[in-house]
Amino acid sequence: MHFRKDKRKEGGMKELEYPFDGEYILKKKKSIKRKLLEEKQGGIKTKIAVLGGSTTNDIKLTLELFLLNYGIWPEFYESEYNQFYEDVMFDNPVLREFQPDIVYIHTSNRNIRAYPLLTDSAEDVEQFLEAEYQKYEGMWEKIFMEYQCTIIQNNFEMPYYRLMGNKEASDIHGKINYLTRLNEKIYAYARQHDNFFINDINYLSACYGLERWSDPFYWHMYKYALAVPAIPELSFNVANIIKSIYGKNKKGFVLDLDNTLWGGIVGDDGAENLEIGQETSLGQAYTEFQAYLKEQEQLGIILNVDSKNERENALAGINHPDGILKEDDFICIKANWNPKDQNLKEIASELNLLPESLVFIDDNPAERAIVSAQVPGVAVPEIERVEHYAHVIDRSGFFEMTNFSKDDAKRNEMYKENARRAELKATFTDYREYLLSLKMHGRIQAFEPVYMARIAQLTNKSNQFNLTTKRYTQPEIEETAADKNYITLYGKLEDKFGDNGVVSVVIGRVEKNACHIELWLMSCRVLKRDMEFAMMDTLVKKCMERGIDIIYGYYYPTAKNAMVKDFYGIQGFEKVSEDADGNATWKLAVDETYENKNTVIKVEDEQ
Amino acid sequence: MTREEVFKALDEVFEEVFDDASIHVGETTTAKDIEDWDSLEHINLVVAIEKRFSMKFTMGEVTTMKNVGEMVDIILERAQ
Repeated sequence: MHFRKDKRKEGGMKELEYPFDGEYILKKKKSIKRKLLEEKQGGIKTKIAVLGGSTTNDIKLTLELFLLNYGIWPEFYESEYNQFYEDVMFDNPVLREFQPDIVYIHTSNRNIRAYPLLTDSAEDVEQFLEAEYQKYEGMWEKIFMEYQCTIIQNNFEMPYYRLMGNKEASDIHGKINYLTRLNEKIYAYARQHDNFFINDINYLSACYGLERWSDPFYWHMYKYALAVPAIPELSFNVANIIKSIYGKNKKGFVLDLDNTLWGGIVGDDGAENLEIGQETSLGQAYTEFQAYLKEQEQLGIILNVDSKNERENALAGINHPDGILKEDDFICIKANWNPKDQNLKEIASELNLLPESLVFIDDNPAERAIVSAQVPGVAVPEIERVEHYAHVIDRSGFFEMTNFSKDDAKRNEMYKENARRAELKATFTDYREYLLSLKMHGRIQAFEPVYMARIAQLTNKSNQFNLTTKRYTQPEIEETAADKNYITLYGKLEDKFGDNGVVSVVIGRVEKNACHIELWLMSCRVLKRDMEFAMMDTLVKKCMERGIDIIYGYYYPTAKNAMVKDFYGIQGFEKVSEDADGNATWKLAVDETYENKNTVIKVEDEQ
Repeated sequence: MTREEVFKALDEVFEEVFDDASIHVGETTTAKDIEDWDSLEHINLVVAIEKRFSMKFTMGEVTTMKNVGEMVDIILERAQ
């Protein structure tokens, strides 16, 4: 069988995936761009200002390729040679007109104005350092103020020679010591600013080889601060930060077992004879790889298994006493004889994830080829030897972390709960029976201070189950909650597997004897749990308490909320009007004959 | 490697760098003869040629080469 791997529509382009051939990319960048533009359609648009302390032309051109490959369409502003500082600090109508979403500052140790002399006192060196740093901080502050955008800033790579030899590292006059301390100041700024990210060229240049990276040939010939062949490594790194900012990180692994997580074939060799643990070099290498995967869990990266094995054998291997990963570390374990691409698609669907948010790891090139041909967009790194698995995965930047929320840290737990719900659901033929077995508890109340941030966040994040798609800031939510002319409700849902938190928000404006529902939304994580009926029951009750006898509901169609087009119809409302664009008004007369629609959630709605 | 073979291999490199299958270079070809051959693309050309022939140009050579013929002289002198 022959598989085409060079080019996949909708998926990534192999030439641009790690490990790539940088010189090949540079040479073929025109034809690669042509192919990308033919294949990719739509995507996120972003405006990037590349401000350089050295030549940036090929950096911009290769960054464009990697971004297009991620489905991001960049538009660029490029500073004139070494004008990064002037472009920011002096009046710049062109940049203002451009309105960058991201400013990438490509500086290097070639931009250090002066280093301390051996005769300088400690105070002099400190002042030097502070002055150099202040130049940068002033520039970032100006950018934040002027453009309210994201900043990506290179740290400083180490110099290619050491005047004092090893002492350069510790002596305050050493360039290495000086740059290290300057970097530390930049990191401190990064820790305090959410929209400021370091492009770690200090690490990149070490990986590439500092001598090759900083070959002065390219500086003296073309004023490139790094070797031209190393440019794709740099651009790829920047592209990974940008795709992470735009929420395009991968979310989980789908892992083969035999010769991927341990050495040997569990079905043939028996679990007791697998290479895992400290007994052999090979066993140690697999153990270290498992430990690497285990570490990923802290980031909320989920682990799944896709293996051709009898389930019993697979579990025997997973439960090997010397393994780091245990059965409990995996969300979904598919061990059967089905094609791996089919298993992978099923895993994605069970987890409510898109297949392209998964990374498939398999030592067998034939399995990799099938999965990458059959599942467009899934990442399939070309791993070769177990001792290098982690290296290839790591440098691919699948999980580049830019922002980290409490939700991310809890993601593994949430998926485990969902997997348990799905298992339970499969044992029921009657859906209501299943809902009852979840033992759901709802809490439906007027907005409370502790939830204001979450409520505001939901109004900005929810797109699908959202009738009017009205967005609120937190102060607006607080104002509405305090206004007597509004009925506000939030809904929390808990079940026997866990707490889903605040998942539904309703805002009704009261006008005489009528209530107009200005906002009705629900998180898709609790679809088909009857939570929307529980919310309506409470709203009707609150309305009756205030002597309201009619409720108006509004549906405003968007590209994403078609799922709630008939929401009010299902709730028993009657359509009053609908215009040509589909904007509809519904009404419901309320009185004592209203019957509660929710029969599966136990609701606590009184303090 | 003969001079003809070097020219043939150079054609391929030029075609790839400028994404134009119709490019043919000769002894007297200079940057003026190829539309996109500016100083910025020159860098990529040099890197691609160095890679193709597993050799390196010196700084002096990169700045003084007058035409493709002179480039071939250097390649023939140095390439393995």
